[in-house]
Amino acid sequence: MSNKLFVELVSPERELWAGEGDMVIVKTVEGDLGVQPGHIPVLSLLAPGAVVRVMGGRENGEVRAAVHGGFISVADNRVSVLAEIAELAEEIDVSRAQTALDNVGTVTADDAEATARAARARSRLAAAGTGEPV
Amino acid sequence: MGAQLRVYRRRIRSTKSMAKITRAMELIATTRISGAQRAAESAGPYAREITRAVSAVAGRYSQHPLLTEAENPTRAAVLVITSDKGLAGGYTTNAIKEAESLSQLLKDQGKDVLTYMVGRKGVGFYRFRDRPMEREWEGITERPSYMDAKEIGAALMEKFTADTADGGVDEIHVVSTEFVSMITQRAATHRVLPLEIEEVDAEELKQQQGGAVPLYDFEPSPEEALDQLLPQYVSNRIYFALLEAAASQWASRRAAMKAATDNAEELVHTLTRQANQARQAEITNEISEIVGGADALASASAGSE
Repeated sequence: MSNKLFVELVSPERELWAGEGDMVIVKTVEGDLGVQPGHIPVLSLLAPGAVVRVMGGRENGEVRAAVHGGFISVADNRVSVLAEIAELAEEIDVSRAQTALDNVGTVTADDAEATARAARARSRLAAAGTGEPV
Repeated sequence: MGAQLRVYRRRIRSTKSMAKITRAMELIATTRISGAQRAAESAGPYAREITRAVSAVAGRYSQHPLLTEAENPTRAAVLVITSDKGLAGGYTTNAIKEAESLSQLLKDQGKDVLTYMVGRKGVGFYRFRDRPMEREWEGITERPSYMDAKEIGAALMEKFTADTADGGVDEIHVVSTEFVSMITQRAATHRVLPLEIEEVDAEELKQQQGGAVPLYDFEPSPEEALDQLLPQYVSNRIYFALLEAAASQWASRRAAMKAATDNAEELVHTLTRQANQARQAEITNEISEIVGGADALASASAGSE
C-alpha cells in the first residue's frame, strides 16, 4: 500500500487541482476531519464556507482552497473534494473578498443568505492566508 | 447591356455576398464547437464523482423520498433545451419534436405535463402556439454557466419536493441534444428523478466504475448526505445537458452553414453560366443584325446598277 493520498479538488466547471499529498484537513458539518493514507471509506458533507488543506501537496508545503457547498469522499487512498464553488488560494482576490465581507456587515442569525455570504468571504480570506482561521 | 444580363449579374453579386456571410458563420461555429467540447470535458470529473457518490448513498439507503417512485404519479416536469438563435438546421425542431412525443407519452400514462423551456427559439415556438410553459430561460444556451444550471435545478427541485396536491411534480425529465459526433447530434430524453436503479453484474460495474462501490461511512447520516447531494446531482445533470446541447448546437449550426455556403456557390456557378449565355445571345443577335443590315444595303445597291 502506498503511503500517499491521491487528492482531487473538483468544481462543476473544472478540476482545480489533482495530485499527491500526505494529509487532507477539511472542516465538515461534524467537525474537523483529517485524512491520512489508509483511512476508512467515508463520505462527509463540508461545512459552509470551509477551507481544504492538502499537506505535502507541493514541494514546499500545502495546497489550500476555499470551498463552499460540497462534500468529501475518501476511498482506497483516493480523496475527492467536490464543491459547487471552489477557489485555490492563489486565485483568490483578497481585496474583493474583504469588501464582500465588509459589505455583509453585522450578520443576524435569521438571515441565511447573509450568513452564507459572510461564510464564503471568510473562507476565501482564510484560504488566502490573511483572515482569521475558520 | 441587356435587361436579362443585368438581372443575372445582380443575382450573382447578392449570392456571393450571402456565401461570404454563411462562410463566416461556419468558421465561427467551428471555433465555438471546440470551446464547448472543452467545457464539457472539464465538467467530466465532477459529474463522474457526484454520480459515484449518489449511487453509493442510494445503494445503501433507498428509502429516501427523492428516490422512490410515487405510487401513482400525476404530474411530470419536462425540461426542454433548445437554442437562442436560429440558422442551426434542425436543431431546435428536433428537440421540440422529441419533447412533443415525450409529452404525449406522459399524457397517455395519465400525467399532467409542466414544460420548462430553455432557449429563445423554443419559447417563441410555444408562445406562438399558445402552449403553457411553467418557466422559461433565455440567453444562456451558447455559453452555459454552472450558476444557470443551479437556478434551473433549484426551480425543478422546488417543484419536486412540493406535495403533489400543491402542484408538485413526481418526475423530472430532460430533453436535450446529445453530441454524438461532429456530424451527428441526436435529441434524447433522460429521466433525472426519481433515479432509475439499474441492476448490473459485477463485470459491467468493474468496467464502468472500476469495481464495486466501497462501503462508505456517512457523516452526518446517509439521509442528510442524500438531502444535499441530490439537488447538486440534479443541477449537475442539467449543467452537463446544457454543455452538451451547446456543443451540439454549434456543430449543427456549422453543418447548416456549410450546406448554405455550398449551395450558394453552386448557385453562383449556375447563374454565371446563364449570364454568359445571355451575353452570348446578345452578341449573336447584334452580329446577325449587322450582317442583315449589310446584306440589305448590298442588295439595294446591286439593284440600282
